[in-house]
Amino acid sequence: MTHIPAIDDLIADFHDLPLKERLTLLLEFSDNLPELPERYADHPDLLERVEECQSPVFLFVEVDDAKDVHLFFTAPKEAPTTRGFASVLHEALDGQSAEAVLAVDPQFPDQLGLSEAVSPLRMNGMRAMLARIKRQVREKTA
Amino acid sequence: MSVAFDPSSSLAQYAHPEVLVTTEWLASNLGTEGLVVLESDEDVLLYQTGHIPTARKIDWFTELNDDVLRDYLDGEKFAALLSSKGVKRTDTVVLYGDKSNWWASYALWVFKLFGHEDVRLLNGGRDKWIAEGRELTRDEDSFETTDYPVIERNDSPIRAFRDDVLKHLGSPLIDVRSPQEYTGERTHMPDYPQEGALRGGHIPSAVSIPWARAANEDKTFKSVEDLKAIYLDEAGIKPGDSVIAYCRIGERSSHTWFVLTYLLGFQNVRNYDGSWTEWGSLVGVPIVKGAEPGAVPVRR
Repeated sequence: MTHIPAIDDLIADFHDLPLKERLTLLLEFSDNLPELPERYADHPDLLERVEECQSPVFLFVEVDDAKDVHLFFTAPKEAPTTRGFASVLHEALDGQSAEAVLAVDPQFPDQLGLSEAVSPLRMNGMRAMLARIKRQVREKTA
Repeated sequence: MSVAFDPSSSLAQYAHPEVLVTTEWLASNLGTEGLVVLESDEDVLLYQTGHIPTARKIDWFTELNDDVLRDYLDGEKFAALLSSKGVKRTDTVVLYGDKSNWWASYALWVFKLFGHEDVRLLNGGRDKWIAEGRELTRDEDSFETTDYPVIERNDSPIRAFRDDVLKHLGSPLIDVRSPQEYTGERTHMPDYPQEGALRGGHIPSAVSIPWARAANEDKTFKSVEDLKAIYLDEAGIKPGDSVIAYCRIGERSSHTWFVLTYLLGFQNVRNYDGSWTEWGSLVGVPIVKGAEPGAVPVRR
């Protein structure tokens, strides 16, 4: 079972809203991005910079013994869009199996219906985050 | 109805002090009839995280650009946009934003393409307002929409196209990008890889003055004396010169355009918004690589 129902729910949640409220929902995600646990907060060097994003966002992926994926992000509060993207990915992927994460459609960010609200170019950052998460998962399950 | 200018002595040094307001002035004038405050940021959600009370949001990406043409809005769309923001043609518009007003300057420049008379920048922008501990809110006040007139955009005084740049070669050109973009080490700005060009370098004879040099640590504009040292002494621009500034897509160079036009009083400054994403990929135009401006190419 590689399909992630949480992704369908997220897509539906965003799509059910008018454009302006999609931004409000993204802001809620941004506000609720989990803090880094201490083991990463004290070791920023362990985190990977997402170069494709206009703001400094860093991520780290753990794959546990059960092959489940755990995601950690940090981005400044002055970059709420980037934080929002990270938080949506966290909601969608954290705790899922490595197999399921690798099977996520690379275009998933575009299916949220945010492109019109934030501009297609800004969506590049979210696609890049997803690609980097998958790469780390591949490296850590190889 | 225009709102009285900010008489602050810190602004009096500039050629056009009427285009700037201080945070103190804005704080005491919020809610004044005829004043509309607009926030223009790089990050599309930043406004929603908290903004100056009464401020409305304007987004450079989703609102000021045409969807399918690489161009700004036309007169009808601009009228519709400003009407939807509740702006009257006679209103005083104060713009502010993140990153030393980088995106606010860009919006101001677009407003000037349509000749909106009274547009001002909040000196120091969003960051200074916050640093001073001033009020922010997530509330969006309701306002009445207006009937902004359809004004035909008038590009030529302040906007340069690629052919204008070719004709201009030999007169002062300012490249306001990062040093790495100027030399050609990078074909895009650090952190902005998706907005690249085919080749790296700069327009021949352009002088490198990164835009942010015009701003202080607190995001306000530098003093006239400091600005003169940069643009006159260092870049070699002389009073009366006609100048073109460019960057990657014309946003950072709007900031420099603002500085030269309103703070130093140059009367013939244009922004080349095609900038490096156009010039660096354009067939048949010369570029220069490296740290030297390079010679003006012989016209063929």
